[in-house]
Amino acid sequence: MADDLYKGYKGIALDTLKKFDALVWSDVVIQTDKAQYKGIILPRSENADHFHIVLKLISGYNIGVFAETVKDIKILGRKEAHYKIPEKAFPYDPVKPRVKLFGTGGTIASRLDYRTGAVIPAFSPGELYGSVPELADICNLETEKLYGVFSENMAPEQWIGTAQAIGKEIEKGVQGIVIGHGTDTMHHTAAALSFMVQNSPVPIVMVGSQRSSDRPSSDAALNLMHSVKTAAESDIAEVMVCMFGPTSDTYGLLHRGTRVRKMHSSYRSTFRTIGDIPIAMVSRDKITPLRQDYKRRRNDNNVIVNTAFEEKVSIVYYYPNMKPDIIDSLIDNGYRGIVIAGTGLGHVNKPLYPALKRAKEKNIAVYMTVQTLWGYVQMYVYDTGRDMMELGVVPTANMLPEVAYIKLCWALGQTENLDEVKKIMLTPINGEITEREPSNGYLIYQGGIPEVEEFISKHRK
Amino acid sequence: MTDEDYKTVGFKSGLEIHQQLLTEKKLFCRCPAGKYNHKFDAEILRHMRPTLSELGVYDGTALMEFKTKKDIIYHINRETVCTYEMDDTPPFEINEQALDIALEIGMLYNCSLIDEIHIARKQYLDGSIPTGFQRTSITSVDGVVPYKDRKIDIIQLSIEEDSCREVSDIGHRRVYIADRLGMPLIETVTAPDMKTPVEVAEVGKILSNIVKSTGKVRTGAGAAREDVNVSVTGGTRIEIKGVPSLKRIPLLTYNEAMRQWNLLRLREELKKRNITTETFSTHTVEITRLLRKTKYQPICTALAEEKVICAVILRGFKGLLNWQTQTETYFSKEISDRVRVIACLSNLPNIIHSDSTSDTISIAEWQKVKKAIGAKENDTVLIVWGSESDVDTAAKEIVIRAREATIGVPSETRQAQKDGTTGFERILPGADRMYPDTDLPPKRITKERIERIKASLPDYYWEREKWYKDLKVPEDLIEPLAISKLAGLFKTAVTEWNIDPKLAAKVLIQFPKRLKKMKVEFVNIDEEVMSALLRAYKQCLISKEGILAALYDAVKYGVFDLDNLPPPIDEKDIPHVIQYSYAELNRSQLLHDDNVEKVLCGMVMNKVRGRVDGTFVSKAVSKFIKELR
Repeated sequence: MADDLYKGYKGIALDTLKKFDALVWSDVVIQTDKAQYKGIILPRSENADHFHIVLKLISGYNIGVFAETVKDIKILGRKEAHYKIPEKAFPYDPVKPRVKLFGTGGTIASRLDYRTGAVIPAFSPGELYGSVPELADICNLETEKLYGVFSENMAPEQWIGTAQAIGKEIEKGVQGIVIGHGTDTMHHTAAALSFMVQNSPVPIVMVGSQRSSDRPSSDAALNLMHSVKTAAESDIAEVMVCMFGPTSDTYGLLHRGTRVRKMHSSYRSTFRTIGDIPIAMVSRDKITPLRQDYKRRRNDNNVIVNTAFEEKVSIVYYYPNMKPDIIDSLIDNGYRGIVIAGTGLGHVNKPLYPALKRAKEKNIAVYMTVQTLWGYVQMYVYDTGRDMMELGVVPTANMLPEVAYIKLCWALGQTENLDEVKKIMLTPINGEITEREPSNGYLIYQGGIPEVEEFISKHRK
Repeated sequence: MTDEDYKTVGFKSGLEIHQQLLTEKKLFCRCPAGKYNHKFDAEILRHMRPTLSELGVYDGTALMEFKTKKDIIYHINRETVCTYEMDDTPPFEINEQALDIALEIGMLYNCSLIDEIHIARKQYLDGSIPTGFQRTSITSVDGVVPYKDRKIDIIQLSIEEDSCREVSDIGHRRVYIADRLGMPLIETVTAPDMKTPVEVAEVGKILSNIVKSTGKVRTGAGAAREDVNVSVTGGTRIEIKGVPSLKRIPLLTYNEAMRQWNLLRLREELKKRNITTETFSTHTVEITRLLRKTKYQPICTALAEEKVICAVILRGFKGLLNWQTQTETYFSKEISDRVRVIACLSNLPNIIHSDSTSDTISIAEWQKVKKAIGAKENDTVLIVWGSESDVDTAAKEIVIRAREATIGVPSETRQAQKDGTTGFERILPGADRMYPDTDLPPKRITKERIERIKASLPDYYWEREKWYKDLKVPEDLIEPLAISKLAGLFKTAVTEWNIDPKLAAKVLIQFPKRLKKMKVEFVNIDEEVMSALLRAYKQCLISKEGILAALYDAVKYGVFDLDNLPPPIDEKDIPHVIQYSYAELNRSQLLHDDNVEKVLCGMVMNKVRGRVDGTFVSKAVSKFIKELR
């Protein structure tokens, strides 16, 4: 507790602060052997070295002062930061639809973390309203913080909890649901919710941001407006991901939860529907469907929530010269399901065959997807494929690897019978397997080609 | 105004100088620096929203910019901009070369260097940076530079990324080109130690010369930009932004001091009329219908476009909108500026008022408006038109600015105008717009790094100038040479290669200028080329006369190659050339015999130019002619 007064400081920097009783947030004058600095002592990031004291100067700039050179610290007062968006009660309008916003974490709701110096998910969804008052023009928003975790820490516990929370909310008669989520694994959660929450009468919209909401150019506000508008007004009763279409602040895309994937580590327009087209475009003014085969909004509350889940499932990303011990180690560790992301049409090398055979004998479910992401698994074209099917490897058509992983967890959670599992896996619930790939389902335009450059020059990126 | 007058008004001014650094690449990404091109191949649209500062406060400027609801458009060119500048990729580590230069300049300013630098985000909601903030870091503080018989304090020096160049700003649409974005620059902030406008310009010159003398900063249009802070006693610190040249500082600061003085007098006048912040009274009325038959063109046009018209009354303000603020500029301009910038009503005139003597709406119409808003003899009425939401913002801004008159001089950043006056740009931002950059860790400045930079610190330019004077370098070359990046080469040439200082100075400073006059296309004369030239001269591979020609070729062909040059002629061979030329001369007929020597000399020089010393030729020809006679 005492060390909390010296947040994050260690070693000589901590000793120096203690020597002068200079707690974090003290307003001080520090005299070193070469200069004098006036400012406020800030907490230090835990990952940073223990030689420097961080000072916020009057100009607002931060600097690190080498503790060894500190001769004196004069304490003038104390000024603790209260980084808090004014929380305002959401205005109620009886005419507007009721939308529920669940918070799980991620950069859509984040602020500075002094402990690590990075951003942490911390805004309560109520505070989100404080920073995006435009939401009140769309709906009556209720908020509930389910979790406060980074996207990579989302796990079965959170998926199940979120699915159950959604189910309860729908039973209470909400008009739409928005889930704030970190972007890295948003497509995993979208898939999980697609399987766990079926027959929803209302839109379930996942949203996040690629630039944290503590930046003036953040995509968080606009993404929130788009997603809340979709939840409140659209007639699409599916699990969707709502994120930027282009990098410009113009419109968002509504991606089907089973066909969406994060495709760039940092771009705003990182989410793309793979092997198909998105369901709709959404701007602040309107929602424009791009297709008609989506599930429609209904007036009942008949949602089906099935949160079965088996955790002992893995994805194996095949690479040339992979050794069978990779598969063997999964078998030996009691895994019950393996999703392989194979090369090309869905292949692995021959040396893996004995291990696959062993998996079959141990009653382990093995499914094949493609690491090309686009296209179907087709195991009849080459002998290798046929050999593998003999070994019990089941092709999953054009299911994305991450989606197949989530679905296999969900299927194995329901039954141990591999024939049953196979039936669940290969019966599409909401577009994770499609019968056909439209020709515009695969469009990666290549920069540099004159006609592509011409297109780019005419449309905002 | 005399120095004594400036003392009376309490003139105080400080400088913030932005200077681009000469690096190959940008500060936080690996895009090329210094490549400008108005061509673009893609466009991005962004909107900016204010966010909280680290201490949990909104910045006033940020809130003001948010009111403007601008569409910000970026023009980007794939040669000069990558996904970092577009704010679609996190920053790469800081450019070490740029950081070295910043530290070096900090040392030259006698600053204390920061032990561990922290990158901050400085919010700019005007959109000039797509992220909405500028990455910046203090590298040194507390320096001094000598000026006259005193010292000017340097408060701080920071390294930061440059912003976009504005292309246009009309209504709710502002366009930027992103080529300059992300280039490394340093910002030097002086204390408000300057007491007259002339001093401001002189100190600016000293600071500029110090940085130039490192040879590691960019020069030319836009490479250095000054912000000037001005205040008078009782006034407020006003920042005049983006002054493109030091020469314009005196007039701008004079006008700004006068503006502040006049605004303070206006406050006194309001006090006399019993108008204070508390008693200030105003209200707004919509008058669209009242003016539907007006013949006043700007309002006619607005009505045709179905715009809204509002009147704002300022109780007791009669005549004060004509209160002079700057040269040929009146208080109404302060209000019009706010309406233009914040409500985005950029077609001028954007307001009219009842104090005006020029033709606007008819007298009958004014009477109707005054009656509708309940104006009495001592009141002033303003009229503003535009879309409903813009007029709403405008009316509020009119009230805000008029009320500020009761306080004095509002904190603003102001734009330098061509006529030497200043115009409102935005509310002056404060420390609340700073936020630590969570994308990059703090960086320790090691002792080894400091020692390495210290070891090759250049001499101060004033010390160089003194030495050049002793060397009898021509007067007009002293200053340019002292701040030239070739000053180091000059020192080597003179002290190590024993080249005549006058010649070396001429070659390094005057020759490039002569080439420019000859319209030879070149970007920058390379130090290597100059060094090779001087060494070739030293080794007698080229003659004094040959240097310019060799430089011409080097610039033209991009390389300096001795093989391209004619070899020097041995002085012993000159008499033969003279003989030969004289024979040629005899074959033609001269009109005036007196010219023989001149013509012969010219003929000889044509054959040997650049290969032998010209004075030697002229002496040899003289001697030849004498012997002939």
